Amino acid sequence: MTTAAAKSRMPLDPALLLVVPAAAFMLLLFVYPFLYGLLLSFNPKEGNWLANYRFFFTTDNEWPTIWTTLKLALPATLINVGFALPIAYKMRVKSRYQRWITTILVVPITLGTVLIAEGMLIYFGPKGWLSQALQFLHLYDGPIRLTHNYWGVLISLVISGFPFAFLLILSYITGIDPVLARAAATLGAGPKSQFRHIYLPLLAPGLAMCFCLAFVQAFSVFPSAILLGSPAGPTRVISIAAYEAAFEQYDYALASAIAMIMGLVQLIIVAAVLALRNVFYRGPVAGGKG
Amino acid sequence: MKHDFKELKLDRVTRQFAGAGGKAFNALDELTLTVKRGEFICLLGPSGCGKSTALNCIAGLMQLSGGSIWLDEQRIDTLPPEKRGFGMVFQNYALFPHMSVAKNIGFGLKMRGVPPADMRPRVAHALKLVQLTGQEHKLPGQLSGGQQQRVAIARAIVIEPPLILMDEPLSNLDAKLRIETRAEIRRIHRELDRATIYVTHDQDEALSLADRIVVMKDGVVQQIGTPAEVYAQPANLHVARFMGYRNVLELDVAREDGDRVELRGGDVLITGVRKQPLKGARAAVAVRPEEISVGEGPGGLNTIAGRVENVEYSGRDSLLDVVTSSGTLLHVRGPVTTALNDIVRVYVPVERALVYPAE
Repeated sequence: MTTAAAKSRMPLDPALLLVVPAAAFMLLLFVYPFLYGLLLSFNPKEGNWLANYRFFFTTDNEWPTIWTTLKLALPATLINVGFALPIAYKMRVKSRYQRWITTILVVPITLGTVLIAEGMLIYFGPKGWLSQALQFLHLYDGPIRLTHNYWGVLISLVISGFPFAFLLILSYITGIDPVLARAAATLGAGPKSQFRHIYLPLLAPGLAMCFCLAFVQAFSVFPSAILLGSPAGPTRVISIAAYEAAFEQYDYALASAIAMIMGLVQLIIVAAVLALRNVFYRGPVAGGKG
Repeated sequence: MKHDFKELKLDRVTRQFAGAGGKAFNALDELTLTVKRGEFICLLGPSGCGKSTALNCIAGLMQLSGGSIWLDEQRIDTLPPEKRGFGMVFQNYALFPHMSVAKNIGFGLKMRGVPPADMRPRVAHALKLVQLTGQEHKLPGQLSGGQQQRVAIARAIVIEPPLILMDEPLSNLDAKLRIETRAEIRRIHRELDRATIYVTHDQDEALSLADRIVVMKDGVVQQIGTPAEVYAQPANLHVARFMGYRNVLELDVAREDGDRVELRGGDVLITGVRKQPLKGARAAVAVRPEEISVGEGPGGLNTIAGRVENVEYSGRDSLLDVVTSSGTLLHVRGPVTTALNDIVRVYVPVERALVYPAE
């Protein structure tokens, strides 16, 4: 009997049954609602099957929400990834301070968006500590407006998103064998060259992943856009548009269409970043046989 | 970068680590050594003896806790590794996984700002030296362990360093490849005419490669000498043990006559040569299994009778465990015809029985 024949007669691995709960979970809680929403979005209250999408892209306070959201999510993601990278790079070496700094940087991840918003309203508000301190020290006497506008939402996205990006990048960096940097040093590479030629190229795929995850998180901003922004104007993000359609106009079909558009925009950005990732080396990051 | 150097001098190089309970200990204790151009030096010792620490200190990957390192008249222990310009071959190769073989090898030249046009022939030459021509566009992950090791060597030598440092470079290769690569390393060393410092725990490797061997234990140098000296005349019992003197018997000193010492214990009576001043009434005698022969000594001198309790066949001869009636165990290389439970008489030549103070 050949091995191929033996294989084809092999009974089903019972361990595969372990997948069943997860698969059922996905079907019930993701695939079904998603397909339901997708079909619903093509069944508008009135007009033909594309009416909801036409409405969104032709109405003046609907389609610009895409840009409003992108204008918040992209800078927030760039700031988060951009600052997390050098700090995580510094934190890659075990030291006495490393654990403390890491802990302090990660704490905000445990705070909810609403808690962060509450704190920011008190701290950054027109009568908040920051404003009072600056005026008391005569550093800046004008009014400081960091809440109920674009900046409030951006700051809150950075506070809640940074620890996430930092932890992710830190785990990528510590996965790179430090002996590679030492090898580069013996070949004449100073600290800057070691980062540029060794760490950065090996990190690039991880950075792309981190960017995608942080971006998706920031793009679905909702509570802080309402609590810290001006939800009627500059921070009327796409999720607010969907919320209003669903719970103020009770037009679930339109809300579903907006959610689909939201998902599509995220998908386009993520696909673009992941395509870029393929340009880089994506193998193991060790230096040879262990 | 100096290429035409005369010697590298280590002057009481010391490195401390925080040990258990925060107590500092010397991983490397006052290593003093002068390496001449063209020399091949092996740092030999068991794991934890400080040999890798010494190499890292020379490379600049570890700061010294004391002492200094000189390349001719230039003090270099204060320079960072990228300013020293020594080539280093790491135990796990440490090839850059995202760079092709050619890019890996050219990395050191690129860091030195060598223009690409000058780089290509030098990389090609290095590839030829390690016999990897034709593999330059592969990634390290596509190479075998032996090929990766040779890329690592090419990468270290292409910058034409005054000194090449190798940290157990053969320990990840299989036995056959290890012997082949060993010969390669020796050949490359001769062709480059620089100095090589090579760390290993394998005495065969050290004996076959080195011009001089530095035997270390617990961070302290035990002996510096040519392979022949270290092999035949170990400076102390540690070195003897490490160099394959498997029979170490602790016995009573019966008589001292010049450097001849007569030792006694149970039914064993051995005369040997004193290598270190003795202290007290006890002493240790060290003998290699291959220097004990089955048979009678001249006039019955240094002849011990015993029963063969174990036989390990190894082709040309067998390794025998001979136990005397008082229970002393001797490892002996004997003829393959010897069988288990045979009663044999074995002879230890006086000048090959080395006597050291008991521990």
